[in-house]
Amino acid sequence: MSDKTLNSEPRKKTFDFSVFTDGVLANNPVFIQVIGMCPTLATTTSAINGLGMGVATLFVLVMSNIMLSLVRKWIPDKIRIPIFIIIIAGFVTIVDLLMHAFTYELWKTLGIFIPLIVVNCIIMARAEQFASKNKVADSILDGIGNGIGFIGALVLVGSIRELLGNGTVFGLTVWGEAFRVFLVILPPGAFITLGLLLALFNWIGIERKKAEKKRADALKAAQAGEKA
Amino acid sequence: MKVFMIFFAAILVNNFVLQKFLGICPFLGVTKKIDTAAGMTMAVIFVMMLASIITWLLNGLLVALGIGFLTTIVFILVIAVLVQFVEIFLKKSSPALYQALGIYLPLITTNCAILGLALINVQSNYSLLETVFNSLGAGVGYGMSMILFAGIREQMDLAEIPEPFKGFSGALVTAGLMSMAFMGFNGMIKL
Repeated sequence: MSDKTLNSEPRKKTFDFSVFTDGVLANNPVFIQVIGMCPTLATTTSAINGLGMGVATLFVLVMSNIMLSLVRKWIPDKIRIPIFIIIIAGFVTIVDLLMHAFTYELWKTLGIFIPLIVVNCIIMARAEQFASKNKVADSILDGIGNGIGFIGALVLVGSIRELLGNGTVFGLTVWGEAFRVFLVILPPGAFITLGLLLALFNWIGIERKKAEKKRADALKAAQAGEKA
Repeated sequence: MKVFMIFFAAILVNNFVLQKFLGICPFLGVTKKIDTAAGMTMAVIFVMMLASIITWLLNGLLVALGIGFLTTIVFILVIAVLVQFVEIFLKKSSPALYQALGIYLPLITTNCAILGLALINVQSNYSLLETVFNSLGAGVGYGMSMILFAGIREQMDLAEIPEPFKGFSGALVTAGLMSMAFMGFNGMIKL
């Protein structure tokens, strides 16, 4: 939802690594940009489900970024959105069929959310803001960065929910049945967990700004003291 | 009788936003005011109804031709065209609403509630009548949660909230509490 002007300008260097880290941390799709909420809430009942969803999204994101960046010069501006969607939908169909063939259990649990990768805002946002304006190499990096940022967020939320709801992480017992908050696995738990996590990240941001301001003030005071 | 069960189940038990996590982006994005939430709801219900009927018919054709795996691509194209149509229509008929919805109008295309509904209808093997009632129920349920949520957020603007909980984080926790309330309907209707 938030739009960083930084990303909308074409980059000059051929291999800019900040494109990658930007998507993972500074501009994390889930925690900073707050997009792609539906799969983040729906598929994080366990860490492994979150990981599966994240990897599927990463694949579609990278492939569609490559494809769009290759054909970006031939896409007429006015009908670019339908073209983006068709390209993305093609890759999603590939993922859907592949997961059906090789990871049937995961395919069944994720269910409707695999075809719904088509309408994941992250992919559309990267296509619109980045891949349609940048070179292939950069677009691949951008796709991987954002994909990993997304996987990280999904695995984090999934692990927390699995740990609190089931006492396990990735199926490994941590404290098992000893302490279970069943609500966390249910739909309300998804909203509340993500809400609290976002609040935590907000709080860190606010504290950081405060600390920076303090430091700047101290510096100013010191300079004023020197002059005097 | 079954169609009414489907209708009410879609509104309350399987509420799209609060129980199925479909259409969260506009749920968080355009619910700052009740008016825009209501306008968005109308547009979404309209597109939902049309899209689910057309996709239901098209699915029959795709299955008959033996190319059922193309559903995702075909469905999303139908929805994209419909949204474009609604956009042109709204621009002419009510420019105020068009302005208010802003960026969220073209984004109905990427609203997972609509594609999700089309896919659910097809996967549950509903007849055309059942599809219509399920879509209507889903749309009404979607609108209900949107408008209720917008009402709560309007009140929240007046309240003093701790700094980190301003914005999306507080909204998500609120949605969680609403979702908990809707869980009370669980098991009320068994299909």
